[in-house]
Amino acid sequence: MSDVKKVNKGRRNLVIASCAAGGAAGVAAAVPFAASWLPSERAKAGGAPVVADISTLKPGEMMTVEWRSKPVWIIRRTKEMLEGLARADAKVSDPKSDVPMQPEYAKNEYRSIKPELLVLVGICTHLGCSPQEKPAADKAEMGADWAGGFLCPCHGSKFDLAGRVYKGAPAPVNLEVPKYTYLSDTRILIGDDTKGA
Amino acid sequence: MAAAEKPPVTGTGSAALDGALTWVDQRFPLISTWKAHLAEYYAPKNFNFWYYFGGLAMLVLGIQIVTGIFLTMNYKPDANLAFASVEYIMREVPGGWFIRYMHSTGASAFFICVYLHMFRALLYGSHRKPRELIWIFGVLIYLLLMGEAFFGYLLPWGQMSYWGAQVIINLFSAIPFIGPDLSLWIRGDYVISDATLNRFFALHVIALPLALLGLVMAHLLALHEVGSNNPDGIEISKHKDAKGVPLDGIPFHPYYTVKDILGVVVFLIVFSIIVFFTPEMGGYFLEYNNFVPADPLKTPAHIAPVWYFTPYYSILRGVPPMFNSQFPGVVAMGVSVMVLFALPWLDRSPVKSIRYRGPYFKGALAAFVVVFLILGYLGTETITVWGQFGPWLDNADRATVVARICTVVYFLFFFLMPWYTKVDKTKPEPERVTH
Repeated sequence: MSDVKKVNKGRRNLVIASCAAGGAAGVAAAVPFAASWLPSERAKAGGAPVVADISTLKPGEMMTVEWRSKPVWIIRRTKEMLEGLARADAKVSDPKSDVPMQPEYAKNEYRSIKPELLVLVGICTHLGCSPQEKPAADKAEMGADWAGGFLCPCHGSKFDLAGRVYKGAPAPVNLEVPKYTYLSDTRILIGDDTKGA
Repeated sequence: MAAAEKPPVTGTGSAALDGALTWVDQRFPLISTWKAHLAEYYAPKNFNFWYYFGGLAMLVLGIQIVTGIFLTMNYKPDANLAFASVEYIMREVPGGWFIRYMHSTGASAFFICVYLHMFRALLYGSHRKPRELIWIFGVLIYLLLMGEAFFGYLLPWGQMSYWGAQVIINLFSAIPFIGPDLSLWIRGDYVISDATLNRFFALHVIALPLALLGLVMAHLLALHEVGSNNPDGIEISKHKDAKGVPLDGIPFHPYYTVKDILGVVVFLIVFSIIVFFTPEMGGYFLEYNNFVPADPLKTPAHIAPVWYFTPYYSILRGVPPMFNSQFPGVVAMGVSVMVLFALPWLDRSPVKSIRYRGPYFKGALAAFVVVFLILGYLGTETITVWGQFGPWLDNADRATVVARICTVVYFLFFFLMPWYTKVDKTKPEPERVTH
């Protein structure tokens, strides 16, 4: 056979087909490995919605609950705080919340279902640090016209009391308002907006 | 049998040893490998100080592998146990503190050696034809090293581990369309969690070290195929004696092995001083916030990566968001590293070594070094470190403006290189190497 110079096309094609089939099987075998990096059933269960009891939250106070290991802030804003928001309209980059960083029912002036009660994910939209509360009294640090809000310690992004980002900050968009719903006047379900959950 | 025709090994001074080596050599390419890579690998005779760092990087790789293996014997890759297990290693395992400080100091030492090794290539044109593949393998090693450092930094599960990883993984979230799902896939959870820690541990101790060793091998094989460059940037293979030995070459062993021993001794003195007296290096090698356990609900007041990432971090932070997206900064940071791959083709100079380059290249390289250091420094600080400009510049943070200027210079060094290296006024290269 070795003196036959011509390639046996049938055998060559069989080799090519075998390599292709083997290669496809190899790629297919990689799928379960890649899939093993997806959140496990336990991780998904851990990401379930949480209930927050706001009965003891007084006007002007803020509480933090943990949802998916992220801090979620609930703030009962005072009348002065709500009035301060309108004054910040010119200084924030997305005053009307056009970028969908909130469910449709929170796309309003106060970025909330009930005007006074703000629910926010306390994670900066820049690179995921957790901003710190800076009350209106912190004028020495935040400037004379500071009406209260948040400052991200990592890269200096500033947010008002509706989680709207100030212009010139590294954060590109407003803080996220999670899905939430009122189970009753004093209980909020965070992470889901269907009452049946 | 071909193997049997090999001449017996002689000259060790011991008949028994000669016999044993002959037995092995007839079954394994012992003597030919020894000759090809050490005793008869001819390296240029004019190597200088800058040629220590490749070998030293290999030494540090060895230190990292050995100390790393011993650390895994007591470390627990579990979000509830990791922080305490590192403290356990530091306080209760006999010699544990020494092994761990060698490993943490080794990480920084690795980057110091690699940065100086890469700078050597820039100085003497070691990335130029015919050594492009050596350079590409080298950049791949550098990328893997960054991954290795990043994965390893999460393992102590301190505040900086946690929030540093948070910042880096969120870079992937900024990628349009696939970003959020991609970062979810990397984390394996909605936040950085036990799942993330466990997979980073696997990558850090198995996957990347294996790939790293393979690439180091490829780097060396490619080097020994074309031969080493030298401070004159000329090929010693052009002038050979009757036996085909380069006239300006000397055997790597014993000449450079002995030279490298001196470098190793000096290196280990410095390394030991750091390990024993200042392992945290003022917060640059081990950041203070990492002595606090990870807390997902509380960001440290100041987040900075370890020093070896800070030039790129400054570039990331300096680029403003565009189209409501952080993505442009991420792209700039990615390009700032990836552009290294193109270096052998960006450089169009007729000469390789800085000794014969003209003022344009020298100026550009000096500017590059300066901006790299400034970016590196700024990356370790907050953006308010230098205060703000007055109202005439919109009260901009001085550090941000400087970082942006440095970023532009950084990219110009690469993107203008085809032009300034070509029009530069070079000096003629010598025929034979000089000292």
